[in-house]
Amino acid sequence: MTDATPKIRIRGLTKSFGPKRVLDGIDLDVMPGTSCVVIGGSGSGKSVLLRCILGLIAPDSGSIEIDGVDILTLPPRRREGAIEKIGMLFQNGALFDSLSVWENVAFGLMAAGRRHGARMARAEARAHAGQVLEQVGLDPSVGALYPSELSGGMQKRVGLARAIASQPDILFFDEPTTGLDPIMGAVIDGLIVDCVRRLGSTAIAITHDMASAQRIGDRAAMLYQGKLIWQGAASALLDSGNPMVDQFTHGRREGPISMELRR
Amino acid sequence: MNVILDFIAALGRAALNLVRTAGALALFGLAGLSHLVRPPFYWRIFLGSLVEIGFFSLPVVALTALFSGGVIALQSYTGFAQYHVQSAIAGIVVLSVTRELGPVLAGLMVAGRVGAAMAAEIGTMRVTDQVDALTTLSTNPVKYLVTPRLLAGTLALPFLVLVADILGVLGGFTVSVVKLDFSAPAYIAATLATVKPIDITVGLAKAAVFGFLIALMGCYHGYHSRGGAEGVGAATTSAVVGASILLLAFDYLLTDVFFSQ
Repeated sequence: MTDATPKIRIRGLTKSFGPKRVLDGIDLDVMPGTSCVVIGGSGSGKSVLLRCILGLIAPDSGSIEIDGVDILTLPPRRREGAIEKIGMLFQNGALFDSLSVWENVAFGLMAAGRRHGARMARAEARAHAGQVLEQVGLDPSVGALYPSELSGGMQKRVGLARAIASQPDILFFDEPTTGLDPIMGAVIDGLIVDCVRRLGSTAIAITHDMASAQRIGDRAAMLYQGKLIWQGAASALLDSGNPMVDQFTHGRREGPISMELRR
Repeated sequence: MNVILDFIAALGRAALNLVRTAGALALFGLAGLSHLVRPPFYWRIFLGSLVEIGFFSLPVVALTALFSGGVIALQSYTGFAQYHVQSAIAGIVVLSVTRELGPVLAGLMVAGRVGAAMAAEIGTMRVTDQVDALTTLSTNPVKYLVTPRLLAGTLALPFLVLVADILGVLGGFTVSVVKLDFSAPAYIAATLATVKPIDITVGLAKAAVFGFLIALMGCYHGYHSRGGAEGVGAATTSAVVGASILLLAFDYLLTDVFFSQ
């Protein structure tokens, strides 16, 4: 495989819920080792896009290739193997309440259904979880706590630790800075960039936060009414030349998007 | 005319929904059972559920059975005394408890306590993306969340019903001997002469079915809950109401199968 082959290649992806078409022919390439940020308003289909790639939602049509293999046409067990390469940081952390922090971080490593790499014993997994917690700026002693005992920022860090614990090829971030103060948001963004670079992973992040989008992304794309209406360098987000993107990134009330909302 | 058509249409929609839900429930149960023979099996979750259902439900089931046995003795005495057949009370108590009241009352208590807890726990996991997180961590959510609970429910309820049988009979015995002046040896002899192994075994078989249904309804409604706290609340209510109705319906079916001539 050459570097010219996208790590993730999406073509003609569609998904409808009842009469509402949430994804309407999405084409997206994410090259190996790069980060792509998808921006868009609430309900624009950003989360559905990630969930389609993760196999949590079945798309109506289209193809999703990872390393050149269309995962939608794979038998279920091979598809699960392909998806195992992906680590995911959920919007609210999605930490398991009933498990301690270290068990959350090491969950994927101890998972009996793991296909890539040997399943870790609990003692080994606990030690590894401590190391991963340190990588996201947390003391290993935090591992003994439960998620309900952590602040929002710490929960995000633990979620990030869980996502990177198995050193995945691909990382997804769903609104990584939502609900955090600006400083903690910048800290989480910095950790995300560090983790992605250290692991050499390919990343897709979805966010409303323009500062976060520019910090995390190499490339950016905007989703509007189920279509990707713009793709370009993340550094060009605030000056894209596309009226819809400019309105969104600058948070203007007036513009083509607000005209749609008024109707 | 339109009112009649609307009424018929509403009935039709309700019937279709019922059939759709029954089909979805059956498929969900089969999916859960199929993971019993496909490793891995999550023993830690299973043992936790077994303790939660079998051990922590003991007080409520024990008290319910104890008082129910006593009430049957009291009520039977009131009626039977008119015909001078008080000697039948021991038999009435033991048959009522082992065949019906033990499994049904224990089932209803566990449905309220454990079915609701299962629906709330899994429902909360669903609406906070924890169920999706399982999938991204190489773990099948049905295998991890549902299968161990189905097995735990099926195995724990017979144990609870056995305890309920003993305490129900003890409740009847205590009321009969202490309050109604029965002879203790005569009451025990009448109890042993009346009860047959099939009365107890069928009661335990019913309990296993009820335990499966309670766990199934708790897991199903929790797994399919939507829309935040309100959705979890609705799932919890549906789990308890659904389990209670299914339990009584299956009680009738099983009684018809085992005891009707």
